[in-house]
Amino acid sequence: MSKTESYLDESSLQSWLLTTDHKRIGLLYLFTILVFFFIAAVAALLMRLNLLSPHGWIVNADTYNKLFTLHGVLMVWFFLIPSIPAVLGNFVLPLMLGARDVAFPRLNLMSWYIFISGGLLALWALIHGGVDTGWTFYTPYSSTYSNTHVITMAMGVFIAGFSSIITGLNFIVTIHKLRAPGLTWTRLPLFVWSMYATSLILVLATPVLAITLGLISLERFWGVGVFDPRLGGDPVLFQHLFWFYSHPAVYIMILPGMGVISELIPCFSRKQIFGYKWVAASSLAIAILGFVVWGHHMFVASQSVYAGIVFSFLSFLVSVPSGIKVFNWTATLRKGSITFETPMLYALGFIGLFTVGGLTGLFLAALAADVHLTDTYFVIAHFHYIMVGGMVMGFMGGLHYWWPKISGRMYPEFAGKMAAIITYVGFNLAFFPQFILGFMGMPRRYHDYPPEFQWLNVLSTAGVSILGVGYLLPLLYFLWSTKWGERASANPWRATGLEWQAASPPPKHNFPVVPRVTKPPYTYQAEQDQFTPQSELAHV
Amino acid sequence: MDWLFAGLILIALFFLVVVFVPLIYFSIKYRKGSRADRSNPSAGSDLLETGWTAFPTLVGIGIFGWGAIIYFHQQNPPADAMQIQVVGKQWMWKFQHAEGAREINELHIPTGRPVVLTMTSQDVIHDVFVPAFRVKQDVLPGKYTTEWFCPTKPGIYPLFCAEYCGTLHARMGGRVVVMEPAEYERWLSSGPPRLSLAAAGERVYRELGCSGCHDQQGTVRAPPLTNLFGRTVALQSGEVVVANEQYLRDSILLPGTQIVAGYENLMPSFQGRISEEEIMEIIAYVKSLSERKSP
Repeated sequence: MSKTESYLDESSLQSWLLTTDHKRIGLLYLFTILVFFFIAAVAALLMRLNLLSPHGWIVNADTYNKLFTLHGVLMVWFFLIPSIPAVLGNFVLPLMLGARDVAFPRLNLMSWYIFISGGLLALWALIHGGVDTGWTFYTPYSSTYSNTHVITMAMGVFIAGFSSIITGLNFIVTIHKLRAPGLTWTRLPLFVWSMYATSLILVLATPVLAITLGLISLERFWGVGVFDPRLGGDPVLFQHLFWFYSHPAVYIMILPGMGVISELIPCFSRKQIFGYKWVAASSLAIAILGFVVWGHHMFVASQSVYAGIVFSFLSFLVSVPSGIKVFNWTATLRKGSITFETPMLYALGFIGLFTVGGLTGLFLAALAADVHLTDTYFVIAHFHYIMVGGMVMGFMGGLHYWWPKISGRMYPEFAGKMAAIITYVGFNLAFFPQFILGFMGMPRRYHDYPPEFQWLNVLSTAGVSILGVGYLLPLLYFLWSTKWGERASANPWRATGLEWQAASPPPKHNFPVVPRVTKPPYTYQAEQDQFTPQSELAHV
Repeated sequence: MDWLFAGLILIALFFLVVVFVPLIYFSIKYRKGSRADRSNPSAGSDLLETGWTAFPTLVGIGIFGWGAIIYFHQQNPPADAMQIQVVGKQWMWKFQHAEGAREINELHIPTGRPVVLTMTSQDVIHDVFVPAFRVKQDVLPGKYTTEWFCPTKPGIYPLFCAEYCGTLHARMGGRVVVMEPAEYERWLSSGPPRLSLAAAGERVYRELGCSGCHDQQGTVRAPPLTNLFGRTVALQSGEVVVANEQYLRDSILLPGTQIVAGYENLMPSFQGRISEEEIMEIIAYVKSLSERKSP
């Protein structure tokens, strides 16, 4: 079966660089973001090693500042934001919809080239000395005082933003127009719902980032006074604009992960998802509410007391839909028939870590507590629990789950489980001590620190080294599996989605005939150990 | 704040239990091959959904209110607080006491009195963070922000810059030395004799020639400054503003933006001719012109 025809058959360089196949573009993104992930991870490792000593013994303060800027910029814009949407979304979304490709395949390829151009600019800035503003580019430091390659880096992010916008647009149109017959909105897999919500944010928020970065460059280059008070500007205006994008962007970095988990939990517990409509609607609620909470980054930034109070209130509201998801995932497990393959381990890890991340978010939304905790390691720990504990766990879970579809091979299960457990242990050891550090008052972005903070920093660094092993292992066994892995059947997990109706790996155009959808998603029957696929397409 | 923090920890633990206990319980009970009852699985329950939407919402609103009340209190310094002027610059802190004492990276204050810091930055954004007092506030260029606390226990407390400000951000710290009031008085009088802040302000006021117009015997008509501070001022534009620190500062640096009704736009800008410390001294002087008259 898998010998017939596969999207991987052609192997010339040209066939990859000029491809319009959504599956190949997904893989192009995968290779690219892994390179960025690796560079950013090395930066993180250097920082953690440096923090072993209170005096900063490996790099000097300038280099340290450049390292955390690099880590933030690359991880946020060149790894997390494209991670699930551009890799798994590109690969899986059209398959889930029963489509042959996304709505605009050429635009899809173009978005990758735009992304690469932005990434190369960012790397150019890195090689030529780096940038020391932090990923947040706060003014007037970034616009007037820093003498590093701010404009180049900002332009890199600016350009990469267009690839986000195009991908978002492509997904929205694809979901609206290319659903297979019978695939109504209430039959959409929850991953599609989360991609839809993510795409809305990508399209609506990213332009504001572009404008903001453009204004910084204007001020830096031509001295147009926007943010620097000496030129008549207002530095806090920058923070408003930046967080108007960057807070919704936080949801770009978690909604897709939630989407993956909503696929994994039903499949590995052989159970229909609990509260389908609530889970789907909560994705949209998060996307919408996410636009009106940006001021919670600025409780001590001199915004008015009343603005602070309103933003705090809205921030508590945005936590509710996330809670709904967690409760529904947990309830799904009830009366299931649960197995613990690697993707499920990542999914359960996601729920645990995301819950901790979400609950510590309440500390930061509570005004008086935020005053003490903001700009300390508490914040660092909080958002790493969401973005690494949540999004990266979701990405790894999804990558393992769809790996048979992507490569046509199974990954080694035992090694997979080991890696998932190592990741979980390493992550907690790396980031839990940072909550305590933050409460004790250690500010973020410190190259050196008072000695009383040392022991917790040592624990954290130890955790990061374990976490590193957890990430290296999958890299090795995924590569190994492409050659020696066991061949995968079309539906190794006995899952219901349309993507499992296509061959593994799928042929170039996914489906030999257009599938007709007759069932809602997640029709699993734990008691009878049966499942009903969404379409009755027979394999050809 | 610490009670709030403790309350938050309890609530977080409560929800952790609410999620983890069923998660682990179901994972064990319904593992594949176990002999659990799997008949009539539920695909949802609107009652449950409403419950776990409403309950966290109510808890959230509760914490919100709690946090907001403390924050409101934190953001409004008491009127009788002791005044300290703070200027941040890459990478040091300067503190000025009303009596004239000046310090760098170290702040001496007495116990038992609320202290309010009026802060500004000479360059980029900084932040005064004293973990022991649970306070933190950004310090911005071109703007005054305030932060207050009331130390109760003598001791030495670390002070950090919490807003990233460039190369030596991590070194931009210092300490707050809290002393018994009598000891503080001794410390204040121990240094070299200095003009009080207001007196220093009056000297700058004369040196820069402000008195030529603002003292009422001059030929050029300018708004009088006596009894100005804290009062409302009607502007040419029709706006009415309160003459606070920010207003005075803006009037010195950007006089054309806020013309007092009935006056001409004659005053030159002092941008670049006056330091942040001198502006603060002049403001202290103008304040003293109001205090003298009021009984």
